[in-house]
Amino acid sequence: MKYVSEYRNAVLVKGVIEEIRRAVTRPWTMMEICGGQTHAIVRHGIDQLLPPEIELVHGPGCPVCVTPLELIDKALAIASRPDVIFCSYGDMLRVPGSHHDLFSVKAQGGDVRVVYSPLDAVALAEKNPDKQVVFFAIGFETTAPPNVMSVLQAQRLGLKNFSILVSHVRVPPAISAILDSPHNRVQGFLLAGHVNAVMGYHEYPPLAEKFQTPMVVTGFEPLDIVQGILKTVQLLEAGQVEVANAYQRAVTFEGLKPAQAAIHKVFMECDRKWRGIGMIPMSGWCLRPEFDDFNAEKRFDVGTIQSEESPLCIAGQILQGLKKPFDCPAFGKECTTENPLGATMVSSEGACAAYYRYGRVELKGQSVTS
Amino acid sequence: MSDETVNIEGAVCAPPLPHNEQIVMGHGAGGRMSHQLIQKAFLPAFQNPALQAGDDAALVEPGLRQKLSISTDSHVVWPLFFPGGDIGKLAVCGTVNDVAMLGAKPLYLTAGFILEEGLQMDTLQRVIESMRQAAEEAGVQIVAGDTKVVQKGKADGLYITTAGVGVVRDGVSVSGANAKPGDAVILSGTIGDHGIAVLGARGELGFQSSLQSDVAPLNHLIEAMLDVSNNIHVLRDPTRGGLATTLNEIAAQSQVNVVLNEQAIPVHPEVNAACEMLGFDPLYVANEGKLVAFVAREDAEKVLAAMQKTRCGEGAVIIGEVTAEPKGRVLLKTALGSTRVVDMLAGEMLPRIC
Repeated sequence: MKYVSEYRNAVLVKGVIEEIRRAVTRPWTMMEICGGQTHAIVRHGIDQLLPPEIELVHGPGCPVCVTPLELIDKALAIASRPDVIFCSYGDMLRVPGSHHDLFSVKAQGGDVRVVYSPLDAVALAEKNPDKQVVFFAIGFETTAPPNVMSVLQAQRLGLKNFSILVSHVRVPPAISAILDSPHNRVQGFLLAGHVNAVMGYHEYPPLAEKFQTPMVVTGFEPLDIVQGILKTVQLLEAGQVEVANAYQRAVTFEGLKPAQAAIHKVFMECDRKWRGIGMIPMSGWCLRPEFDDFNAEKRFDVGTIQSEESPLCIAGQILQGLKKPFDCPAFGKECTTENPLGATMVSSEGACAAYYRYGRVELKGQSVTS
Repeated sequence: MSDETVNIEGAVCAPPLPHNEQIVMGHGAGGRMSHQLIQKAFLPAFQNPALQAGDDAALVEPGLRQKLSISTDSHVVWPLFFPGGDIGKLAVCGTVNDVAMLGAKPLYLTAGFILEEGLQMDTLQRVIESMRQAAEEAGVQIVAGDTKVVQKGKADGLYITTAGVGVVRDGVSVSGANAKPGDAVILSGTIGDHGIAVLGARGELGFQSSLQSDVAPLNHLIEAMLDVSNNIHVLRDPTRGGLATTLNEIAAQSQVNVVLNEQAIPVHPEVNAACEMLGFDPLYVANEGKLVAFVAREDAEKVLAAMQKTRCGEGAVIIGEVTAEPKGRVLLKTALGSTRVVDMLAGEMLPRIC
């Protein structure tokens, strides 16, 4: 496929890995922040090809995994209402709330629909004036532009039956929280290129400076990822602290100004709890008060919900890069993709799902690499 | 855990329902949830050797000169008409193919129709005509049927269940349990065409494509293969759950390892593009006119050549081989030279694809 296959070219990828091999002189631990990158790394087996000095730890960049339990419970309550068409990206359907998930709500007769764009939900609201259409607006900066556009579009159309349930999170406060932890092992970051495509990377140099940690804007195809790793290794080996861009075909320093303007028009920064991690101050986006009419949390009074987590899996530590999925005693046994114990196993961007689907449990310590 | 600070020792996650209490869409996706449903609900009640063999069709020996292959398949695809086919063609080909995968010549089908009140007669006529043509192409007769009508809103237009019977060719023993180390794995053409064509026809994705479903009867292809080799061990059509799920079933049934070569697996560029956009893996997307064959290495080229001479097998390629260990696993050699496990489809992917 044009503009994809070029970046999966085995000869080019192996060439860059050779360069990494030559550049590395001692062990380095780096984190790929985005779950999409985790999946690409495991799917293409990039981690198997890297020199042993390089350890990749998987970051919290999976919006499905970090959506707080309280909000999922709220989503389940709203989706169960007979007057509601509840729209969501597909992955959210299997994420457990305190007692059930959206699949169960659907099986009980709730009108839960998978959409590929929030604008599809706006169209549903137009077509169904007698129903309340709610979109579950989750994600990092990447999905913020379409999500805010859905609100602006609904406003333009004068729709009174469209609202969004917002659980937006931002990368920079998460990086700050990880690097601020006394347990931190991460020495360099592969930044989430899609986030940077929207936001640019002007937010990151102060972070790199404060924590003396180099960061490299990195894409998602195998060649992009190994180039990001190479640049990170080069910076680490040279003792240079800077934010470099290894994804220049998509990312500029300033990012997409009109998208950022739309985001700031609709959203404002707020405290956000991350599932498995905890409250990270000012790490989220929520709707500005002038958009209260489109705020599902304001529109639907779902009463008091008692949310309760069970301490059964180590998703929290995996999301922070402290543990690998196969460090979990439940991984691949009680906890599988069809019977997940935690969100990291549910989401297609979750680290546990990546490891499970692509067989890291069997491959660990076994020589099946060709 | 404190709400105020980042919880570094954090260990929190809620166990979801395993969906043992009620049916959810994932039970119908043809992947592991479907398998668990069969294992837990159906097999214990109906247990008998033919069912427990776990193939797409049952091999029965009612005391005739030849063994019989029997299968049934229900069709709920939506929309009813899609590029390259419709629910009628699918209903005929689905059962013809399941019967044929035991190395049998399909002969007779039955068809049960569940019609929703208000269904246009013209729509029904088009479906019937399509079934007639598909049966003619496959060389089978639809010899019995049944019709039920349910109230408006209690079904979605039209569902069709077909059953079929065929006679197994003399001396042929084909089963998902017969794969052997050393076998070559042959795929009859590109994967994912049906799933993406149906998805595109729903018009929900904002993209249009010229992609056609591959739905076709495969019995003539299988005859051509059996004509040239007595060493075909396994035949199976990778429908719901895709190639990945089918190969996992075979690896488990035969207790062997299947090693695939990623670069050898043919995928139509439009399927690739759609999968990239939607986050699907073509290995899990449904097919309705493709088969995988496990053939003794020494006969592989001969079988491949015979396949390539037929309309349904002209794109046939060898995509991998069978080894002894690790048993029950499918491994994939990536283009980059690394190896990963290919698992079965876990939950739901695309509902009502067939």
